[in-house]
Amino acid sequence: MMTIQFNGQPKQVEQETTVEELLLEAGVPIKFCAVERNLEIVPKPEYRTLKLEAGDAIEVVTLVGGG
Amino acid sequence: MRSKSSRSWGAVKRQAMIDEPLRIGSHSLNSRLIVGTGKYDTLDLMRDSLAASHSECVTVAVRREKLYDRDGRNLLDFIDLSRYTLLPNTAGCYNAIDAVRVARLGREILKSLENPGADWVKLEVLGDSKTLLPDPLATLEACKRLVDEGFQVLCYTSDDPIMAVRLKAAGAACVMPAGSPIGSGQGILNPNNLTIILEYLKTDDPTYPVIVDAGVGTASDVAVAFELGADAVLLNTAIAHARDPVRMATAMYHATEAGRSAYLAGRIPKRLYAQASSPEEGTITSRPW
Repeated sequence: MMTIQFNGQPKQVEQETTVEELLLEAGVPIKFCAVERNLEIVPKPEYRTLKLEAGDAIEVVTLVGGG
Repeated sequence: MRSKSSRSWGAVKRQAMIDEPLRIGSHSLNSRLIVGTGKYDTLDLMRDSLAASHSECVTVAVRREKLYDRDGRNLLDFIDLSRYTLLPNTAGCYNAIDAVRVARLGREILKSLENPGADWVKLEVLGDSKTLLPDPLATLEACKRLVDEGFQVLCYTSDDPIMAVRLKAAGAACVMPAGSPIGSGQGILNPNNLTIILEYLKTDDPTYPVIVDAGVGTASDVAVAFELGADAVLLNTAIAHARDPVRMATAMYHATEAGRSAYLAGRIPKRLYAQASSPEEGTITSRPW
């Protein structure tokens, strides 16, 4: 196991967890989200292959109501 | 005879309706009202209010996905993406770096939705959380960076004409002066500044869009903005927090039509003294003096 920061909170994940696995486990609707890893946007086609590393800061955002 | 007169009335109505679409950068919209999607009591009420406003463009915000206590309902389940162009904002940003970051994330989401709004952003960089007034220096810096990155920037700003000129020069696709502070409902506090902005930005470039963004309280504020010459109005709270949002959205639609038509029709000048509507000639009465 290793620790990452997931939307500002520490989270334990398996070694070599992919972005897609992280999102599926958290129940995030992938179609409506964008993902940042250490302040760099992860392109959607890379969700399946990109493996997380210990200490990664992952931000997952979506659209909400706003003016 | 009767059918002929009804045909000509139809022609009159059609002529009265003729207007150019609203053009902002590469985008073209048939409604000049842009509405926000925030602060509604329910998403159903939001969907119905958007429909009543006749808008074709709605603003959205970028926020962290809720990983706990999510109700499973996403805003986007209530917005028909074939009908509305999304305009992602950078609300909640207080510096240029954050604004650029949020704009990129918004673009990333809209790209995967295949919504035409992916290439534009409503830039908003605030100075403090009490007034929600824009930070002019950070706004200008963020505007330049986003233009460099290929964004069409719709730039929220104060009603300062010099700042508006600077933002246009920095490449903003449109400048969006506030009528009054965000959510304040105070209407257009300084119509003179708005008039100067419109003159400065449009004199040599009449199709350059200027949008009144923020401060609208009720329908007459919208009409005033259009009568002054604004190309569009962007509002949120005035509908979302009205006692009856759907009815207020309908009022905003009519105010948009009324104000824009009044502007295109050309108002009469204001005069100090009266001008009689009925002829002086042939009166059978006497004058007091």
